[in-house]
Amino acid sequence: MKLSYREAMRQALHDALSRDPRVFLMGEDIGRYGGTYAVTKGLIDEFGSERIRDTPLSELGFVGAGIGAALGGMRPIVEVMTVNFSLLALDQIVNTAALFHHMSGGQFSVPLVLRMATGAGRQVAAQHSHSFENWYAHVPGIKVLAPATVEDARGMLAAALADPDPVVIFEHVQLYNLQEELAHDTAVDIASAKVRRPGSGVSLITYGGCLPKTLAAAQQLADEGIDAEVLDLRVLRPLDTQAIVASVRKCRRAVVIDEGWRSGSLAAEIMARIVEHAFYDLDAPLARVCSEEVPMPYARHLEEAALPQAQKIVAAVKAMLGTGAP
Amino acid sequence: MIAPPPSGPVPYERGLALGLLEDMLRIRRLEEKSAELYGAGKIRGFLHLYVGEEAVAAGAIRALEPEDNVVATYREHGHALLRGMPMEAIMAEMYGKREGCSRGRGGSMHLFDARTRLYGGNAIVGGGLPLAVGLALADGMRGTRRVTACFFGDGAVAEGAFHESMNLAALWKLPVLFCCENNLYAMGTALSRSESQVDLCVKAASYSMATLKVDGQDVVAVHEAVKRAVQQVRGGGGPLFVEFQTYRFRAHSMFDAELYRDKREVEEWKTRGPLHTYSARLKAEGKLSEDEFLALDAKTGAEVERAVAFAEAGTWEPVEDLARDVHTEEPAA
Repeated sequence: MKLSYREAMRQALHDALSRDPRVFLMGEDIGRYGGTYAVTKGLIDEFGSERIRDTPLSELGFVGAGIGAALGGMRPIVEVMTVNFSLLALDQIVNTAALFHHMSGGQFSVPLVLRMATGAGRQVAAQHSHSFENWYAHVPGIKVLAPATVEDARGMLAAALADPDPVVIFEHVQLYNLQEELAHDTAVDIASAKVRRPGSGVSLITYGGCLPKTLAAAQQLADEGIDAEVLDLRVLRPLDTQAIVASVRKCRRAVVIDEGWRSGSLAAEIMARIVEHAFYDLDAPLARVCSEEVPMPYARHLEEAALPQAQKIVAAVKAMLGTGAP
Repeated sequence: MIAPPPSGPVPYERGLALGLLEDMLRIRRLEEKSAELYGAGKIRGFLHLYVGEEAVAAGAIRALEPEDNVVATYREHGHALLRGMPMEAIMAEMYGKREGCSRGRGGSMHLFDARTRLYGGNAIVGGGLPLAVGLALADGMRGTRRVTACFFGDGAVAEGAFHESMNLAALWKLPVLFCCENNLYAMGTALSRSESQVDLCVKAASYSMATLKVDGQDVVAVHEAVKRAVQQVRGGGGPLFVEFQTYRFRAHSMFDAELYRDKREVEEWKTRGPLHTYSARLKAEGKLSEDEFLALDAKTGAEVERAVAFAEAGTWEPVEDLARDVHTEEPAA
């Protein structure tokens, strides 16, 4: 059966609410409005306004309240509308949620799930197009997930809720309309990266909204006789170093594709790990395709130019193999 | 001009009357020793003393039930102690020893105690307020008749977290008791130099919240006010904001040269010291003799010495365990 990423996420939320009375949702416009991206549409009618709790525009306040509720025995799923607004809640996420277990010498745990939309590509300009997964993936004490398939959109939430510590889930805005076949069993882990397309000529390592672009690039490369492997990181903290190294050892070349800005990006961290663990397995210098270091522009052609695209990935691979235009 | 020293009858039987004195004395002696140990290099990092403000924690915490929640700040030795954390665990934590409440991970500013429902020890000004809202939200949703007492200073009212939390708690009618310890200075900046509205109750009232203004130097006034407030909050009356007007007799932290306030002001406030004014009232009523006071002081001193001995005898967490408690080892139930 084909299912959209949006509907998969909605079903996952529905399951969680049905299974565990401690689970509740909290966030801006998730109830009456139905969710900015319509992920929570209809849930308020079924579960009521106590459990589908609309909040004021107080990201710091309601994220902190989610932390408190988690400490108080509930299993809150807090939706921060987008990563852009999560900057207003950064203090609570970093200074409270991530540190609480450690600062208390292990006495308290914060089983909080934070969901937020991320990424660019909808012409919503500089303040609404951020991709700050790397900021969160920098912090010990939280786990960071980037579901990029319908299967992960359906399955990762349950695994996140079962985790005793804070988990941040990034849902790329360009993925909500993605339609894929979904198997009956939707259980997934939140520990490993996954090969989405096996290959042997070059490893394309990516996550989130860049996965469809990377798969498209791999297809185009295949048409031209280049056998690319696509590794979907899925979990951005902790990174599955073993899977990254295994793919690089097999392909001996790697390009990292990341929507974040190049400087200080997750791509930089992944490249560093490859250098640390698989330097002598490489046949070519590493490469990456990231966002250009400009605030995200509004005009479509400029936005497209600023973002990683399948063509840029193809070009990077060809340059690495010495088969592309100079 | 500051108000005259607290006076008037102490309307309590001997047990409670002397209990409040002992509570304040335990905090005072613990902290005086801590300052000394800081000077000796035994305690490091930040150390924020509560000296002068003891009546607030003493009067307020005695009005809470064991099942209530407490959220505190980085000036929380007194709250932790009176909530029931052993002085040994506090002192060992300040020493950075593994026998401390947080195994030496927290220090003075991060005292936590699951047993007594003390949720820190938060060293981000205003950081505890959203947490308190969430704890109360959980209790509200689970139908638990528990009060969450959230302590914070006057500096916190300038933070967005304060306003967002006031609104959420009032909007959702949550059982939070907001306890603002107004000691007139946000570190070194006087309230009047940082706030357009210095009446903090007016701020809270603007969120349709009941408020109380209390003399924080008078342990009787504090206890009476908090008893009433707790009853109202526990009864489902929604959150309540109490402003305790108090004063810090010592520096903000051990690094503070106190250039921002007049020494005469400090001396004036010391005439309103919570300990000596209260013991004078007890003595005037015949509820306390000088010998009894000295005996109580000796008992407290002995407790402090035991805590120091415990911390001294404590062990260092092995460096091999550096990475423990970053994540929870066992899955949550």
